[in-house]
Amino acid sequence: MEIATPPAAASLAPRSAAQAMVPPSRFGDKAFEWLTLAMAMAVVLLVILIGWQLWRGSSLAVQKFGFHFLTTSTWDPVTEQFGALPFIYGTLVSSFIALLIAVPLSVATAVYLTELAPLWIRQPIVSLIEMLAAIPSVILGLWGIFVMIPWLRDYPFPLLKRFFGWTPFFSGPIYGTSMLAGGIIIAIMILPIITSVSREILRSVPNLQREAAYALGATRWEVTRIAVLSYARKGLFGAVILGLGRALGETMAVTMVIGNTPQIAASLFKPGYTLASVIANEFTEATTDIYLQALFEIGLVLFGVTILVNLIAQLLLKTLTTTSTTRAVQ
Amino acid sequence: MKPLKFRRKTLALVLLAGMSATASAQMMINGAGATFPYPIYSKWFDEYAKVDPSVRFNYQSIGSGGGQKQILAQTVDFGASDGPMSDENLAKAPGKLLHIPTVAGADVVAYNLPGNPALKFDADTIAGIFLGQIKKWNDPKITTLNPGVSLPDQEIVVVHRSDGSGTTYIWTDYLSKISPEWKSKVGTNTSVNWPTGIGGKGNEGVAGQIKQTPGALGYVELIYAVQNKMPYAEVKNAAGEFVKPNIQSVTAALATADIPEDFRFSITNAPGKDAYPICGATWLLVYEQQKDATKGKKLVEFLKWAVKDGEKMARDLQYAPLPENLQERVLKRIHEIKI
Repeated sequence: MEIATPPAAASLAPRSAAQAMVPPSRFGDKAFEWLTLAMAMAVVLLVILIGWQLWRGSSLAVQKFGFHFLTTSTWDPVTEQFGALPFIYGTLVSSFIALLIAVPLSVATAVYLTELAPLWIRQPIVSLIEMLAAIPSVILGLWGIFVMIPWLRDYPFPLLKRFFGWTPFFSGPIYGTSMLAGGIIIAIMILPIITSVSREILRSVPNLQREAAYALGATRWEVTRIAVLSYARKGLFGAVILGLGRALGETMAVTMVIGNTPQIAASLFKPGYTLASVIANEFTEATTDIYLQALFEIGLVLFGVTILVNLIAQLLLKTLTTTSTTRAVQ
Repeated sequence: MKPLKFRRKTLALVLLAGMSATASAQMMINGAGATFPYPIYSKWFDEYAKVDPSVRFNYQSIGSGGGQKQILAQTVDFGASDGPMSDENLAKAPGKLLHIPTVAGADVVAYNLPGNPALKFDADTIAGIFLGQIKKWNDPKITTLNPGVSLPDQEIVVVHRSDGSGTTYIWTDYLSKISPEWKSKVGTNTSVNWPTGIGGKGNEGVAGQIKQTPGALGYVELIYAVQNKMPYAEVKNAAGEFVKPNIQSVTAALATADIPEDFRFSITNAPGKDAYPICGATWLLVYEQQKDATKGKKLVEFLKWAVKDGEKMARDLQYAPLPENLQERVLKRIHEIKI
């Protein structure tokens, strides 16, 4: 209303013209605002409803097992003893391995595609990467069983054992199906998303940045490192978080190569198990109430782990960006 | 053709919803449950459409757990399960639930060894391997059963199902019967707390795992071992004979096992001389008192047809049909369904 007054006061135009000018309707603006608000709220509501439903579906198990559910490692449907610790461990470790492999690969690919590659080669590579994202999970899993695992078992794993066998991480017998194989298959699955998002972010770095660095006499590597990568740091971190979100919930392909054994072992050659996998594996044949409820609670734990990991990542991002700005100011 | 059919189906549904029992066009009978018998059930539904075109079946193979849940909640007209229902679950039913056995299948011991020799196992050896006590292929327990076969000094990589399944139920039911240690330590269920080994998802996962891992040993459904051309072992049965798993030896187990009146039986370790010891049946679950008279009548007609004529199709799909004495008992039970 206040905005509406000044033009009216300022108008010295003939009356008839002023009368003809109908004040613009604000209905469209309001409606748009409400519409977008409703959409945003729907997402929030959906998350809350999922959480509530998981909570409701697992109330019996939560009551029966309490906090022990998170700290014990027995998963026995016959005696109805359920503990989620090995699954939490497996989810975190396999996702961590996946990030460790996928992040350097993806970011390097994105840098190559935006900064270094000749123009004619860019589009074919981008299309190929996007095709990788379109491969169904179960196909990757079968490829994992029939191609990747025999190869890993025969070549890279024995090498790892020979050179790093003295660490607990690469000791013990090699079966092929293992926590490490699970991490590798997740890495393949999150590569496309991290690469695509990273590429978009690097492309959005203003050319002025690069030109300024070149003007100061920086080499190509220095331009990429100082002007591009550190400028895009926040965005790249976001890309990694997107990848991590997918890694935590990845199910089918992982289930087929990780070995599905609920145990906590230091050796990455030993089979493991993830939260998402145990739900996919056991949900269809869970006949007793408490069994089904325990599986629901696994879902709740996965939900919690995802939120927690995202929160930690946000915090990390915050400290990262504040330290970099203070450095810039100095 | 298709849109017309679809329209007719929707019309039938609308009619059903509107006038409850007086549907004249086409009736839809809904079922859900076990995945193991899905191939033969869908064959039956297809064939039965020619016998009685007024009935259509909609079967969702969502797993035995889901099948039991849905029939208990009465959201389907019949359920299907690879294991008999527990007393606890049966007590939840709003009416008397009948178990109708349909076909049976076998779990075989499949393995991957250089040269793929034909092997023989007995109950003690299988239990020992799956309890993690027999660790090497050249363990004396295995070599004495297989004289003349040179077994390597190699670790046995045990592979089991990671997903809950009727196959695992049969396997653990067998182990519980023959090994008191297994019974007390692990027990019988669609999925258990395995003492050793790695888990593969589905029959195809276990079969793939065995084929890809030298020295692996695991259990899969007979059909999978046959289709994947995997070697599988002869197993010593309760009568002391080594028996090769096939349709005849499974039917022999059905014929000689002790089958109680409520048909909640287990045919593992059956006493017959020709019986293969690791096999099990699959069941349809229906209420003795049908709520909807027209639908109930059609369901009973189908069940009778399945036991009389449907059983003949089992062999082609590698399922073992019920032996005649059992077929008669099952027919008698179907007659008891009240409409």
